[in-house]
Amino acid sequence: MGYVAIKGGGKAIAGAEKLLEFVRTRQGESAEPLDLETIENQLYFLHSRIISEGGLYHPKLASLAIKQSLGDTLEASFALRAYRSTKPRLVESPVTETSNMRVIRRISASFKDIPGGQMLGASTDYALRLMRTELLDESPEAFKAVAANWLDNNSHNEIPDTFPKVLDALREEGLLPPVDQAAAEKKPFDITREPLVFPVPRSAALSTMARSETGSILAIAYSNMRGYGDIHPTVAELRVGYLPVMLPHPITGEPIEVGEVLMTECEVVAMYEDEEEGGKPTFSLGYGACFGHNEVKAISMSVLDRALQSGMKNGPTNPSEDPEFVLLHIDGIDSMGFCTHYKMPHYVTFQSDMDRLRTTQDKHDDANQGAGNV
Amino acid sequence: MSNQENGSGSAFREASADYNFGFLDENAKKEIRRSILKAIAIPGYQVPYSSREMPMGRGFGTGGLQLTLSLIGKQDTLKVIDQGADDSVNAVNLRSFIEMTCPGIDTTTRVSEANLIQSRHRIPEQELREDQVIVLQVPYPDALIVVEPSEDKRKIMHGEADYSRLLVKLYEDIVKFDEITISHRYPTRINSHYVLDPSPIPRWDVPKMNNSKALLLFGAGREKKIYAVPPYTLAEPLEFDDVPFRVENFNDQTGKRRTCRCCGCDHSFLDEFADATTGEKHYQCSDSDYCDQQLEAQSAKLGGINVA
Repeated sequence: MGYVAIKGGGKAIAGAEKLLEFVRTRQGESAEPLDLETIENQLYFLHSRIISEGGLYHPKLASLAIKQSLGDTLEASFALRAYRSTKPRLVESPVTETSNMRVIRRISASFKDIPGGQMLGASTDYALRLMRTELLDESPEAFKAVAANWLDNNSHNEIPDTFPKVLDALREEGLLPPVDQAAAEKKPFDITREPLVFPVPRSAALSTMARSETGSILAIAYSNMRGYGDIHPTVAELRVGYLPVMLPHPITGEPIEVGEVLMTECEVVAMYEDEEEGGKPTFSLGYGACFGHNEVKAISMSVLDRALQSGMKNGPTNPSEDPEFVLLHIDGIDSMGFCTHYKMPHYVTFQSDMDRLRTTQDKHDDANQGAGNV
Repeated sequence: MSNQENGSGSAFREASADYNFGFLDENAKKEIRRSILKAIAIPGYQVPYSSREMPMGRGFGTGGLQLTLSLIGKQDTLKVIDQGADDSVNAVNLRSFIEMTCPGIDTTTRVSEANLIQSRHRIPEQELREDQVIVLQVPYPDALIVVEPSEDKRKIMHGEADYSRLLVKLYEDIVKFDEITISHRYPTRINSHYVLDPSPIPRWDVPKMNNSKALLLFGAGREKKIYAVPPYTLAEPLEFDDVPFRVENFNDQTGKRRTCRCCGCDHSFLDEFADATTGEKHYQCSDSDYCDQQLEAQSAKLGGINVA
């Protein structure tokens, strides 16, 4: 890095930090500090986003990151991601079967009548985005009463814990390609331990997308949906729920449940492709999964997974099918870091630029001296 | 799926009291009506308009909704369809929003009773009449988007009625798959010039656009376009002399036409259901109103008992 720091910058930095801390606490005379559980519960979707973009399932630290970053999503996931680098890798969990997910929402856009049934769960999909003025000054009593009423009127026992996967039904019918056992048994690419050197395997693409910034991945997936691509996805199943994480017992080696993670998973079915070996054509698939309740992200990811697979197979015909373009531009921490770096001093390089411009201007003047005086 | 929670009872929904009839302001509605007139005057041409933000997601039918809200008046009877049904979540939600913001209008599930029909993905099985208008919700207005992502270039192609690349795409499909692979949104030429995207209706519904007695309006909210197929106008799906346009085939392996398990209908577009336990396939009319009408007609014939 050839950048020159400002001399005496230490004092300035300390001052800036103090001021930021004042900004965070300036409501202090009339308000309580945010507590972490409030963030996790009342800022549920923001919290989900940070867990997913930070790439670390730590609900409490994700809340802390949101609190200390004043709600800046990029800063918060940055803090979480940075914390992640301080932790050693102790064990790896075996591949997890998502059909065991304790589902809180699952829908299919392909079939009305899916095995197990549609389950809307908590969703804003059909909400009218009208300003809820009654929340302007919500009393703590009214706030508490809503949740209490809901719990009184709803029984949890009627809902099964888990549901069969829609894709399994399609696969049984031969509408989907069989599971690629060889690929399934391959050790997944670990993006936290290995750099992306292209071409990369699909598992590298999937894990990069799982940590990607929601807005970035949405933008590129949207370009594909709108016309710079031709995936035509149908959501076979979108599910949100708690997935048990298993680890081998340190002594017996038997897999035991060590906890669960909230996650969103999306499987899309797309138009069929040419089969090379004269096999029967089948629908193609796209997959997306990430920590937290992030539906837009999971859908975007599954669309891009399909686009990238097609780009890897036939060569990209648009940006969303180009693994380099997609995978190197969707990480929020990377892109935010590079973007904010433009605020750092560039005195030396700019000096050099000015030298070139002035010299060029002088030469231009010399060459045009006669003409300019007419 | 239960829609009950989504009803008009909550305080959230009553917030509409402060909104204008039809949610949009009168100038916005007027602008949309002007664009509709232009669209009717130039069949199949995509008229750009300044699509407003609606209080639901882009892609949930905000284009169709804006057309409906700008056309509807207190004397009108509205039907809202999603995937053929009146009771699917999105249809329920749109209808409840329109009821909430247009006090005084009537709603119905019967095609014959409605004079304004907003629909997603289906044109009703029952033939529409001259006094009816159907508004279709459109995600992608431009049939050329599959071959040309740039709108600037597509506009020139439309102007020159240059659909060669679209025809090449169909031809390439035939070479590769021995079949044209476009299922829904089948490109259709209107009045011998503009090719439009008929919204994601199945091929089954495409012939219903030809010489339709009712006015067909198309609204794309996210893409900010309105277009129309006026009554008694030629609407021809793209095809080749030797590869004619075909609609969905509902015959079983033996070549026998499948029938609806509810009403027994053998000439409607069918939804496919799989029995979760037995894995067996069932078929049912996609147009739920049509299915109900046939059931009623049957029971009336059988015993003259009114089941309604």
